[in-house]
Amino acid sequence: MQFSFGPILYFWPQQQVERFYQQVAESDVDCVYLGETVCSKRRELKFEDYFRLAQMLREAGKQVCLSTMTLLEAPSELRELRKYCDNGEFMVEANDVGAISLLHESKLPFVGGAALQVDNQHSLRKLVGMGMKRWVIPVELSRDWLAELLAEPLIESVRDCFETELFAFGHLPLAWSGRCFTARSENRAKDQCELCCIKYPQGRTVTSQDGTEVFVLNGIQTQSGTRYNLINQLKSMHGLVDMVRLSPQVHDNMTWLRRFRMNQDGLQPYPLASSESNGYWLKLAGLVQVDEASATKVENYES
Amino acid sequence: MELLCPAGSMPALKAALENGADAVYVGFKGETNARHFAGLNLDAASLRDAVRLVHSYGKKIHVAINTFAHVRTWDHWRQAVDDAAAAGVDVLIIADIAVLAYAAERYPKLELHLSVQASATNAAAIDFYKQLGVTRVVLPRVLSMQQVRALARTTDVELEVFAFGSLCIMAEGRCYLSSYMTGESPNTAGACSPAQHVRWDETADGGLESRLNGILIDRFAADETAGYPTLCKGRFKVGDATYHALEEPTSLNTLDLLPELYKEGIASLKIEGRQRSPAYVAQITRVWRQAIDRVMQNPEQFAVQSEWNAVLANLSEGSQTTLGAYHRKWK
Repeated sequence: MQFSFGPILYFWPQQQVERFYQQVAESDVDCVYLGETVCSKRRELKFEDYFRLAQMLREAGKQVCLSTMTLLEAPSELRELRKYCDNGEFMVEANDVGAISLLHESKLPFVGGAALQVDNQHSLRKLVGMGMKRWVIPVELSRDWLAELLAEPLIESVRDCFETELFAFGHLPLAWSGRCFTARSENRAKDQCELCCIKYPQGRTVTSQDGTEVFVLNGIQTQSGTRYNLINQLKSMHGLVDMVRLSPQVHDNMTWLRRFRMNQDGLQPYPLASSESNGYWLKLAGLVQVDEASATKVENYES
Repeated sequence: MELLCPAGSMPALKAALENGADAVYVGFKGETNARHFAGLNLDAASLRDAVRLVHSYGKKIHVAINTFAHVRTWDHWRQAVDDAAAAGVDVLIIADIAVLAYAAERYPKLELHLSVQASATNAAAIDFYKQLGVTRVVLPRVLSMQQVRALARTTDVELEVFAFGSLCIMAEGRCYLSSYMTGESPNTAGACSPAQHVRWDETADGGLESRLNGILIDRFAADETAGYPTLCKGRFKVGDATYHALEEPTSLNTLDLLPELYKEGIASLKIEGRQRSPAYVAQITRVWRQAIDRVMQNPEQFAVQSEWNAVLANLSEGSQTTLGAYHRKWK
């Protein structure tokens, strides 16, 4: 089982980003993704900066992928995307069909991100045929769904041609909008946002009126209020998931990487906090937390 | 510029035709379309009746097969395509690349439109789907008018935009908020914020609380109109403020943009609402028929009539309408 760090989903100052990738270089993580995937106005790091960090990480022995924007709207965003696709050295994670279109045109292999809509054997097979070397499973699909899908004859025959990767730790990216919710939370228009999301390195928490953490606002992206944490489900991924993705947090990334590695075979389970969830993988609502050790469902919300 | 109206039932279909729709769109019962609600939609036999009726008016019928196919039940999606083709429909509205590929290969003469659920928001994505045989793209409700204009000027694929109805503020088909909260989303179950997860509780002071799978979505005072708890339209707390953190319960209304949409050559204006009543469809269709006729006669002199807005406001969520993302300030 391999482990990866996904792209940083929040807007961090350049120094913090550089510090994080320095730690990644020194860690034993197998693969790392870099690049802005949420908002094209976030330019603390430019393409050249990511490219330089990517080279540094490759020299440190990591597999490196450049990750791209999820919601592409403006022609300028497509031009920037093309720069990533034409980088010439690193594999690209396509988070929108538009990126696949450009990569396929240049006959380049790619990673298919979780926000692409691949739910069945026929669409998966089609993208593998177009050069998808790794498929990041959509966050809402369960273990059962994945197992059924991979067992389809259409997929079994090409299973050697691609890897699977699962988002297994961090607040889940759940939606993308034309509207910026962080700017809205500060009563600013998106055009006058003044990049205010740099003040929220973990996003802004949205709670229900009776105090349940419902969502996290991260610019135009809405994330889960709970932190998704599949540390105790790693054993159930054997044979299905080739790479386990941790989404960078403000603190303790390397500690979590170590905990995940230690529990690969389920020998060192780790208790979840009440603010964490694992429902999607277990074919339940995403926000549900099941304590598999004692097989009880913990309702981390008022019902 | 086509007026494309929703029909969740035969009476709604008749209402749309009698009031001036150029085309109607319908879906099958079951999970193959994104308005999978009890009592709505057509079966294969009633679709054949619908096709006959629509064609007797000289109009077009589109069928939405616009959810993403599941693994074991892939045949349901294939069957839906076969049934629609056999019924003689004019257009299929599809989101899943696998369903698109099947339809294009099996029925090369059938017109294919890309559903809004596929979330194609840029020229490169549109190009991708064009190569799969798509001739028209329904744009998600996340683009500004400026972005719609830029797309209209770069692509030769026809564009269809949402003109009126419920406002979905996320890139559609890629929104998992509903399954996060309830386990069911448009992708996995064909419905957002499904009704079986809704609970209403009266509060001590005579107000109401709406919950979705136990999560408090909104609280209404006794004198407030309580809206359906669509999860992105609830009132939540961010910092110290309690407000509609994502979106107010309002409807999209693009009457003001009509001349511009016309000028940019937008092929079709879509009215949302297959879940709505025949009376709703009749009223909306009548207003938009008049507005489109007026703009086509004389785009320069077009002015929104106050009686149109009065009718539309009455039919809107919370009696409010917005230009949504088309208007940059909304963002």
